[in-house]
Amino acid sequence: MINAVGRNIPDELLTNGREVFQGNNYRDGQIYTKPGPTVKAQIKPQESKLVESIREAIRLCGVKDGMTVSFHHHFRDGDYVANLVMQEIADLGIKDITIAASSMGAAHDPIGKMIEDGVVTGLQTSGIRGKMGEAVSNGKLKTPCILRSHGGRVRAIEQGEVHIDVAFIGAPTADEYGNARGKGGKSDCGVLSYAMIDAKYADKVVVITDCLVPFPNFPPSIQAVDVDYVVVVEEIGNPQKIASKAARITQDPRELMMAKECARIMAATPYFKDGFSFQTGVGGASLAVNRFIEPLMRERGIRMRWGIGGISAPMVELLEKGLIDCLVDAQDFDIDSVNSVHKNQTHYEISTSQYCNPMNKGAFVNKLDFVVLAALEIDTGFNVNVVTGSDGLLMGAPGGHPDASAGAKCSIIVTPLVRGRIPTVCERIVTVTTPGESIDVLVTDYGIAVNPRRQDLIDHMSAAGIELTTIEALKDKAYSMVGVPDDIVFHDRVVAIMEARDGTILDVVRQIKNYEV
Amino acid sequence: MEIKRMAMAGTLESSDVQITIEPGNGTIAVQIDSIVLNQYGRQIKAVVLRTLEDMGVTSANVTVVDKGALDCTIRARAECAVYRASEFEEQIPWGGVAR
Repeated sequence: MINAVGRNIPDELLTNGREVFQGNNYRDGQIYTKPGPTVKAQIKPQESKLVESIREAIRLCGVKDGMTVSFHHHFRDGDYVANLVMQEIADLGIKDITIAASSMGAAHDPIGKMIEDGVVTGLQTSGIRGKMGEAVSNGKLKTPCILRSHGGRVRAIEQGEVHIDVAFIGAPTADEYGNARGKGGKSDCGVLSYAMIDAKYADKVVVITDCLVPFPNFPPSIQAVDVDYVVVVEEIGNPQKIASKAARITQDPRELMMAKECARIMAATPYFKDGFSFQTGVGGASLAVNRFIEPLMRERGIRMRWGIGGISAPMVELLEKGLIDCLVDAQDFDIDSVNSVHKNQTHYEISTSQYCNPMNKGAFVNKLDFVVLAALEIDTGFNVNVVTGSDGLLMGAPGGHPDASAGAKCSIIVTPLVRGRIPTVCERIVTVTTPGESIDVLVTDYGIAVNPRRQDLIDHMSAAGIELTTIEALKDKAYSMVGVPDDIVFHDRVVAIMEARDGTILDVVRQIKNYEV
Repeated sequence: MEIKRMAMAGTLESSDVQITIEPGNGTIAVQIDSIVLNQYGRQIKAVVLRTLEDMGVTSANVTVVDKGALDCTIRARAECAVYRASEFEEQIPWGGVAR
């Protein structure tokens, strides 16, 4: 069946109430009942929940064939926890495991092999890269991988579409009773936003730390009342890769030019006024926008009420300069943001549900004024792909992209028109991760196009003297430089389902086919 | 033009292409490795074949290692490799014969 972004979704996937994507607000107002976890009461006073090893915790939790285990990705490319746990599970001979992670990345190459060996037969994640991406793209995973945005994952858990049997939560600090925080220790990641939902909805919760602190470890991100076992290991991650040095603001004149245009566009809208809110991605140009809005804010004498996201150094800088009242933080991307959430009183940790779950009673993104994000590809309907490379291989993550752009009053995509020979603006993108109705403005190095759905923004920009072109003209320009690409050929088999925020099917990813010239 | 020896042109830098030409067995054989093979493999092959045809090459083994080069770059590298392989060293009509 053809969905609202023109993608043909195979009918055999439309079972058990699964529907195709029918627009961002299709399920607005839907009534549902949240499921609860099955838990074991601990009435008898107990001094400690410490167990001697991950293997012991796996045994005590009763992990067996066919179960679903979960992980978070606050340790980013420095994560050791998922590999440590999965290796023990594989060594115990357990198979048919479904991994329900908030995201997976370059750190998880060893799990690619477990997919081929049948230890892992189900995968639900936001990001998928490296060897895992190759394994899934080549059809090695037994069931289609389910790709969700960060908000979509929380929704799926709260609607009972994913039931987590055991959540393994890596924590920079924990006490012997399981109160866990993202702060402190040697693997400091600042916040534990992604894991909060797992702790509340998983049947069993295991906290894994490399820094045991005296009880109570307060205020906790993960509360002891939800935790079954605590394991202390040597290292939960590589600190250098968990909180990397802040990325320097790009020196690339092309990116700086695009960032400056983004700031001009923001300033041309009626939303750029005292008390506005803002989110930015961590791409070179998106990050540099922070630098260019500062003089515009000073010029108009306005302040930002709140900044949100994945937080990184430029946002912290604006907070510390007094240009932002508060930061609400679901992930930290560098040392500066980790330090800030420790020391700045108005830099708050929030859960991923508060951040962007589309089906709670109202998440932060719903009140967002601006978001500036990147794209791998964007088509002439403003649909964006951030998950598959132009060759069809799974190599990215929707992350918060679909969530923030759906919520924001003005969502801006900033991307160069071509990358090497690959046209970013094209006729048909490989996978739709963010529907075009969520995207308002496209900024490239060859011109700016506004989504025709937003005549109001077109008028504001024209009034401000910002020169606009159309997305079709940008596509033609790209093709005139690099040539018209051939359509990628795939096998029929669906290897991944890209879910929209509300759980409907936005697109499917098919098995990659070797191309012969 | 006759391919007399093995010759190479181009680099493996991003957006360049490295083309190696060797004497063939009476036909043109092209082998392509490209980071954009799925989208542009067909066009890369067509550009290489067209360049060789324009230069009157009828027998050669061609190896293309492409890092996302545009058609103009592929053409220029192919042309240069042919001149080198033909031991054509003086008064090279750059951009002429192959056009």
